[in-house]
Amino acid sequence: MLKVRIIPCLDVKDGRTVKGVNFVDLRDAGDPVALARAYDAQGADELCFLDITASHEKRATMIDVVERTADACFMPLTVGGGVRTPEDMVAMLRAGADKVAINTAAVLDPAILTACARKVGSQAVVMAMDVKRVEGGWSVHTHGGRNDTKQDAIAFARRAAELGAGEILLTSMDRDGAKTGYDLDLLRAVRDVVRVPLIASGGAGNVQHMADAVTKGGADAVLAASIFHFGEATVADAKRAIAAAGAPVRITEDA
Amino acid sequence: MTRLAIIDYGSGNVRSVQRALEAAANAHEIRLDVLLTDDPDRIRQADRIVLPGVGHYADCAAGLIARTGVTEALNEAVFRSRRPFLGICVGMQLMADVGREDVETRGLGWIPGAVERITPSDPNLPVPHMGWNTLTDMRDHPLFNGLGPEPHVYFVHSYALKAEKRDHVAARCDYGGKFVAAVARDNLFGAQFHPEKSQKAGQLLLANFLRWKP
Repeated sequence: MLKVRIIPCLDVKDGRTVKGVNFVDLRDAGDPVALARAYDAQGADELCFLDITASHEKRATMIDVVERTADACFMPLTVGGGVRTPEDMVAMLRAGADKVAINTAAVLDPAILTACARKVGSQAVVMAMDVKRVEGGWSVHTHGGRNDTKQDAIAFARRAAELGAGEILLTSMDRDGAKTGYDLDLLRAVRDVVRVPLIASGGAGNVQHMADAVTKGGADAVLAASIFHFGEATVADAKRAIAAAGAPVRITEDA
Repeated sequence: MTRLAIIDYGSGNVRSVQRALEAAANAHEIRLDVLLTDDPDRIRQADRIVLPGVGHYADCAAGLIARTGVTEALNEAVFRSRRPFLGICVGMQLMADVGREDVETRGLGWIPGAVERITPSDPNLPVPHMGWNTLTDMRDHPLFNGLGPEPHVYFVHSYALKAEKRDHVAARCDYGGKFVAAVARDNLFGAQFHPEKSQKAGQLLLANFLRWKP
């Protein structure tokens, strides 16, 4: 049976993690590779790196981070941030990523999803959507959430999957950082219209929120950042909560 | 010293595969010399061969065939020289006669059968099949040594190989119905999952491959 995935997410800027991390005694808590190793040891099912480096020129730094992570961790890795073309995707995959998340570029020109899927396979193409509640639904935002495209998020998710996205990483901007739980209505609404895997993101304040995202929201995977980084919960805690809610998880000997 | 050739034909994750094999060799004190190559002579000289593959079947097949002499060198290495061979994901699917991802594309023809889209019986199950799932119906095979019953391994795929011969199936996996998760025939082994991304279970399988004497 396929298991629910727990995905710690790290924001990386100029090759360093941005938010503080203190869940484990690390010599260098700003080193994404050291953190990746720690989460690997915790039994994380997958890792996600989001590169928030402003300039395209510094992309080489992220490639280096991905390469060093892939050298040390033999687990699935999704990388996103600043990806615009199929060639950007190929570069990340060659560096050792397994999936690449695309956001703004695909919202502005959804046909890119088809080009990317044709190049690397849809299983490697993750549509990362930042969405915000509006009257009567949710609207897709771009540029790290700064621009409101006024596009309906549910319709866009369906279209993205049709065009070639193999997975939807769905971030609720309203809940991001609020720790009040994932937006379950949003998850359910997208779940009802797409058949590709769905990752819940934004709002995890405790492990019960993660279980709810799966059992009530219909998510296939849950992504979280600060709750793990600050040691409020371990990956194993999250798995126990999800298992207690009746969903299957992968219990490792470490976790 | 084992000379291992990873076929580098422009498809995806050669680096991950290389690093995972090197780590497995280190952990099990196997002396390993890894070469990423698309040179037919080097493929013929290798002691073991790994064919990775990520992405689209037709693209991968085209990438392999476009490299002059590579297909011939692979055939020679695995059938005449009987070198241990490991195909991973699309690299495993390429062992089949034919792939049917969007267009019909010829494979290497080593495992009779076709690669077709998975169709879970429960229409609510997402495709691609993505994540950690357990191997079932595992055959007694040296590459599975020490893995235990129903180990978790990592899958990312929308297509699977339908093998015509039951004795070519080394393991299955259940996702709204069973599909072929691994094939084996003489000195050939193919994994639909990603041992290079399957943490400890994957490391063990790779070490088993490096020690395999079919």
